[in-house]
Amino acid sequence: MSFLFFTIITVLTGCGNLLVLDPKGPQAQTQADVIMISIWTMLFVVIVVFALLAYMLIKYRASKQSDDYEPPHIEGSKVMESIFVGIPVIIIIFLSIVSVKSNYAVESTPEGYEDQEPLVIYASSSNWKWHFSYPEQDIETVNYLYIPTDRALEFKLYSHGPITSFWVPQLGGQKYAMADMVTTLHLAADVPGEFFGRNANFSGKGFAHNTFNVNAVPPAEFEEWVDEVKETASPITEDRFQELLEPGHLGQLTFTGTHLEFSPAPEHNHGGSQSHDKHDGHENHDHHEKHEDHEEEESSDHHHH
Amino acid sequence: MEFFERFAIPHPSPAIYASMVAIGLTVIAIIAGLTYFKKWGYIWREWLTTVDHKRIGIMYLISALLMLFRGGVDAIMMRSQLAVPGNTLLDAQHYNEIFTTHGIVMILFMAMPFIIALMNFVVPLQIGARDVAFPRLNALSFWLFFFAAMLFNISFVVGGSPDAGWTSYFPLAGNEHSPHVGTNYYMIAIQIAGLGTLMTGINFIVTILKMRAPGMTLMKMPMFTWSALITNVIIVFAFPVLTIALAMGTMDRLFGTHFFSIDNGGMDMLWANLFWVWGHPEVYILILPAFGIYSEVISTFARRNLYGYKSMVASMVIISLFSFLVWVHHFFTMGQGAFVNSIFSVTTMAIAVPTGIKIFNWLFTLWKGKIVMTTPMLYSMLFIPIFTIGGVTGVMLGMSAADYQYHNTMFLVAHFHLVIIPGVVFAMLAGLTYWWPKMFGFMLNERIGKWAAWLIAVGTCVAFFPMFISGLDGQARRMYTYSEATGFGFWNMLSFIGAGILAIGFVLIVYNIYYSTRYATRDIGADPWDARTLEWATHSPVPEYNFAITPEVNSSEALWDEKKKGHKLFKGSYQEIHMPSKSGVPFIMSAIFFVFGFAMIFSLWILAIVSLLGIFACLIHRSFEQDHGYHISVKEIEETEAKMGGAKG
Ligand code: HEM
Ligand SMILES: [Cu+2]
Ligand SMILES: [Cu+2]
Repeated sequence: MSFLFFTIITVLTGCGNLLVLDPKGPQAQTQADVIMISIWTMLFVVIVVFALLAYMLIKYRASKQSDDYEPPHIEGSKVMESIFVGIPVIIIIFLSIVSVKSNYAVESTPEGYEDQEPLVIYASSSNWKWHFSYPEQDIETVNYLYIPTDRALEFKLYSHGPITSFWVPQLGGQKYAMADMVTTLHLAADVPGEFFGRNANFSGKGFAHNTFNVNAVPPAEFEEWVDEVKETASPITEDRFQELLEPGHLGQLTFTGTHLEFSPAPEHNHGGSQSHDKHDGHENHDHHEKHEDHEEEESSDHHHH
Repeated sequence: MEFFERFAIPHPSPAIYASMVAIGLTVIAIIAGLTYFKKWGYIWREWLTTVDHKRIGIMYLISALLMLFRGGVDAIMMRSQLAVPGNTLLDAQHYNEIFTTHGIVMILFMAMPFIIALMNFVVPLQIGARDVAFPRLNALSFWLFFFAAMLFNISFVVGGSPDAGWTSYFPLAGNEHSPHVGTNYYMIAIQIAGLGTLMTGINFIVTILKMRAPGMTLMKMPMFTWSALITNVIIVFAFPVLTIALAMGTMDRLFGTHFFSIDNGGMDMLWANLFWVWGHPEVYILILPAFGIYSEVISTFARRNLYGYKSMVASMVIISLFSFLVWVHHFFTMGQGAFVNSIFSVTTMAIAVPTGIKIFNWLFTLWKGKIVMTTPMLYSMLFIPIFTIGGVTGVMLGMSAADYQYHNTMFLVAHFHLVIIPGVVFAMLAGLTYWWPKMFGFMLNERIGKWAAWLIAVGTCVAFFPMFISGLDGQARRMYTYSEATGFGFWNMLSFIGAGILAIGFVLIVYNIYYSTRYATRDIGADPWDARTLEWATHSPVPEYNFAITPEVNSSEALWDEKKKGHKLFKGSYQEIHMPSKSGVPFIMSAIFFVFGFAMIFSLWILAIVSLLGIFACLIHRSFEQDHGYHISVKEIEETEAKMGGAKG
């Protein structure tokens, strides 16, 4: 068993090509660091427990003792029990500090990327695909992303159906996309490359194939791609978008304009993270009349910050 | 015809038709067998109407073992489907139904009845009581669970199984995305079983607080009884949350309310919160009795008293409190921000401290002991290392920023199987083997038992360790297939092999039961393991009144005191014993609950109302019934004691 565990550790540390441990962006890097810190710390705990167990089992087997040996009655001892509590407490304090720090790191614009405004991309899921809207560029894609390297990315996540989870392991951990609020995921890519992304949260029949591609390219190339899309793609219309929402799988699609114009994100969310920010929050409220037919409820059901 | 269409399977396959035939044949075989051997009367008198905690415990046990195999078959199907990339053994819909029912069956219809089985059988004996506080309520608990389990299991062949995961997150579990009746089964069957569990919780709290033998103060209770007490306290606080959540979910699905819908003011996140406010304490409901069993087994076979009794109790109390303060760790990724995540990250990791205390106390119970490696002890010694790995990966998952990467992946699946299997399943098998002679008057074969233990332990490691790796490589959980390009194939093949080894281990256990029933000696005395607690002070198997004379106790190891310190357990002479009488009402009422549940699931309102009236009729009947129980005379006690090989006392 311990053999198996050590094999795992060797595999983890030896081959760096497990996606999560092969980060290509600052957030995934933070997470990989936290993972490695916790693995090493926990390895210490495991070794202590295994060693103690092996020692007790070898030393105190009945077969090793005389027949008339009568084990003593031992109540426990303050000193020993303080050690059992003390050392784990120290470990947990250490890990808590790491955990809290990394929480704030992954929940804000990556360090060193604050110089530029983050690129905001709305990623919304529908059964079983992803719609990516670029309000700044005024374009939209389905099932693939182009992103510039070296610029902070702010993904605004929501869903047109079941809860899904937007996950690009090499850029950073996942976050839920839900129908009644918008969540924010901060990512960035350090290097160009093609990354694998998927919905990680079970969402029904087509879940297994609910994946997308991420192409990280240098900023200039990103601009070129945007221009090309603007020249070649057709505009997204409300009807077309309704068609896209139908359950099923689509290949990769590209449009000019974004669906946010006629079907805005549920930005009036239920408390929580920092999704009420300067640009889009208010912009979208202007569109509310078009959005379904329950405007009256907006004020009573959703608290606004 | 239209009326009958709703009962059809929405997505049939040969496997389902085969199961229909198998279920039909089994039912016919059971009915024919009972009739042929003229056993109907026996079954009714001795089992269906019994209120004896030992028999109820045994019925829980049989049900749990059956469900273990049902859930196990699900598991084998899943691992076979994933063994190679692009497999077509199962399609998405079947895979989804199977992993959903696997989770529910294993947690609610296998692990829960298993722990309740052992609590039922052992706790009254360990505290020197004649039965639980409310024997008839206990029977009702069992039959509610039993009929709920049956109701849930027919979903496979009538109407379709739930397919939204054992977590059943809305809106996926709502009518729009899960239109067939599967999720109704989930809402209703779990509700009925949960009512039974809640009653068990109340029953055992009262039993343990009020019915202990003279001299057994709280701090002189055996550790398994302590764990049962704390578990039942958690049950009483946690299960009402599930009751409410399921009721709201039922109303959303059947009556068009909008508690969890995404429009009209509903909130899908509310379900996730309610589910895990119950769900996390639930994992401790499962693990604490297991901890209790390990405490008994390790101390018995280290031939030493349990090290750090007080800190064992304290750590369980702390765990029970903390188990209600960590639920958000199941959805760190829901967008509640760094502050909330930080709080729940710290509380989550903090739970590892009391858990660690227990591990160290067990290790130090071995210290200076005289370790005998029996089958129950072997399970306990295999539990410690594997559970430690499961536990430390729990701490890793508790680091919320990193959890963004583990969440929803095979890494998480590896974690919880590596705590639940060694934690709960090994413990139940250890407990089963340990208390088997007390239940049935003979021992299970040690050689076969140890083979099974090793196979199960190796199988567990081979099946679940690879998932850590494929999880970190990006394999999400609950995918019915994956492509070759992902490179997950190798790890999943390993898991499949591990699952096969596990399956062989479980088959060996069944074989062991068969083998030992046939060949084991019945001449084992009351205390074959040279154990320390009160349940070993009465005969094996136990007479219906448990103890001819109520024992008197002055430590947590009453029997050991008698054996080594000349303590006298049984003082005085035989007295007439008052016993609760049998009743068919719990069985009948639960059967009506089954009908009611079925009617609700399929929206058969008239039947639902009629059966609901039937349930109330049973309640009213109970309220006006005069039942004073019956007495066992001194003469009968003397005869029984003589027959059982000499008086105890
Ligand atoms: C050392 C103590 C433990 C810690 C710190 C811990 C931590 C965690 C965390 C953080 C998660 C959520 C991960 C995620 O969804 O991303 C989790 C999931 C889970 N844990 Fe543990 N855990 C511990 C012990 C246990 C025990 C003892 C059991 C059961 C007996 C258990 C059963 C589960 C289950 C069933 C799930 C996942 C359920 C699901 O999503 O389907 N854990 N654990
Ligand atoms: Cu708001
Ligand atoms: Cu939990």
